[in-house]
Amino acid sequence: MDMLQPISGVPALVAMVGKVLAVFTATMLVVAYTTLAERKISAWIQDRSGPNRVGPWGLLQPIADGIKNFLKEETMPATANRFWFVAGPMLSITPALVTIAVVPFAAPLPTPWGVVDMIVADIPIGILYILALSSLGVYGLVLSGWSSNNKYAFLGGLRASAQMVSYEVALGLSLVSVLMLAGNVTLTQVVWQQQEMGFWFAFPLSLGFILFLISAFAETNRLPFDMPEAESELVTGYHTEYSSMKFSMFFIAEYSHMLTASALMATLFFGGWDLPGAWDNAFWHEGMLIAGFDAAGAPILAQPAWWKTLLTLAGFGLKTVFFLFLYIWVRWTLPRFRYDQVMSLGWKVMLPTALAYVMVVSATVLVLDLLEVSYGFTFGLVLTLVSGLCTVAFLFFLDSDRIISGASVPYRQDRPVRMPVTQVDAGAPGLSGD
Amino acid sequence: MAVQVKVMRRPEPGRSSYLRAALKGMALTFKHMVNPDKVTQQYPEEQTELHPRWRGTHRMEVHADGRPKCVACGLCPTVCPANCIRLVGGEDDQGNRYPVVYEIDEFRCIFCGMCQEVCPVEAIHVGRHFENAEYSRSRFVYDLDRLMEQDHPTTLLWDPSDPRSE
Ligand code: SF4
Ligand code: SF4
Repeated sequence: MDMLQPISGVPALVAMVGKVLAVFTATMLVVAYTTLAERKISAWIQDRSGPNRVGPWGLLQPIADGIKNFLKEETMPATANRFWFVAGPMLSITPALVTIAVVPFAAPLPTPWGVVDMIVADIPIGILYILALSSLGVYGLVLSGWSSNNKYAFLGGLRASAQMVSYEVALGLSLVSVLMLAGNVTLTQVVWQQQEMGFWFAFPLSLGFILFLISAFAETNRLPFDMPEAESELVTGYHTEYSSMKFSMFFIAEYSHMLTASALMATLFFGGWDLPGAWDNAFWHEGMLIAGFDAAGAPILAQPAWWKTLLTLAGFGLKTVFFLFLYIWVRWTLPRFRYDQVMSLGWKVMLPTALAYVMVVSATVLVLDLLEVSYGFTFGLVLTLVSGLCTVAFLFFLDSDRIISGASVPYRQDRPVRMPVTQVDAGAPGLSGD
Repeated sequence: MAVQVKVMRRPEPGRSSYLRAALKGMALTFKHMVNPDKVTQQYPEEQTELHPRWRGTHRMEVHADGRPKCVACGLCPTVCPANCIRLVGGEDDQGNRYPVVYEIDEFRCIFCGMCQEVCPVEAIHVGRHFENAEYSRSRFVYDLDRLMEQDHPTTLLWDPSDPRSE
């Protein structure tokens, strides 16, 4: 019988190089076109038509931007710390680009030489690797803010670190529930567990998804959490002093962070490259590529095909693009939080909720295990119900009469005022002093 | 002394929401995003129609034989509030005065249109035209020949049929 074997030897090397090149090119292209999409969508939201001069429909705009950035003058502030000023952009772009390597992006591709996994590096520490590297990205921000020797840049860097620390916690905790279900930290395994359960984790772990989404916005420094850049307060924050390609590198870093976060959301909570139905399931189990287990527990062999790879790739792309779109959409809708609101949301709402949710999920899993419900559809259904309740409660709590009020005293209508006061009603125009 | 305090009205307790408001906002921006009715004017292709009283690039009127209409009376450099007109007058054999040098610095000009108003022979005009970008600053000093070459419509500073410009 012709067993499907993983690719090995020289063809494996060739496949590896091919995958690396393809993923890198695709990442850079997606990043470039996300900047265009950002400008187009922001324009549409504001009833404008956006860039449409360079190339048909403005499609060559990112290239024009790139050329422009190359031709700009490099500036170096006289008082900057030269070494870290130059190292800053590199430190922020590298972690942003390398994280995408551990995300599986399609079903395995069969070739005459063996089966090629559609992932650049299927390392056994997948999620931990992502967490580690994505928090390394903050060093680039902090160091470039500090080394610029500019107070706005410095404040931007400080905010970046504080924000990163606060939301990293909630992000990590919201991942714990995923890891409990997946039982492993490799992303291929996470995708496989979702296929086996028949549920994408966004349903059995809905609150986890919401927490992850919010923290991911904060981690990528996108509005409504773009404290480190905050144009209206800090010029442009940590990259105020940068010009030319160095500035551009911060941009690429920001957008590739977005891309990684979107790809992660798709992988962890929306099945990765998995499409509805069992036809595309594939996973390496004891040297065999299997699609699942039959009733007796014997493995069913998977039938990989090139069209399955293409379809799942398209599915993964769609999910990722949706989250990229969500990023842009939210950015052009919501105003920026105040700094203390960001902090209090992180520590007073996100962290306790994430902790409590981990408890709820683990308790549910424990009870299900004690009742000997096997990992599968029923298991997912029960978790979906429990998580649904938690989500509704969380949203209700957040929504019912809570202005996120930060460190200041809660607002009271009847607060006594010490000094003699003439009150001027701001609601009526023409009365106020200014 | 009493302190003035501006009272900002917060929503009544129990009547505020953050999430619902955010979702409402997202729905609104989405509606605008898919709305095909955009306000952008595709500028070089689609020109704005300038108002008849638009005051832009200057233009010197020319006699049928190609001489400038200006008689070098010196009124416009006198009245010009930005002091950007340079005029050196001369006189030919028949005693007709004409401008030997006539230059307007379009950078210093504030386009008040007073030169046009004051000119006794309706020679200098401000025009309904604004596309006068150049690659160097020196190109913005228009000499007499350049002013005479301009062929854009001139400004209607005062319309007799609409004396109060309504
Ligand atoms: S428009 Fe006004 S400022 Fe300009 S040249 Fe004429 S008088 Fe001077
Ligand atoms: S007011 Fe008219 S005629 Fe007199 S100098 Fe100016 S342009 Fe010439």
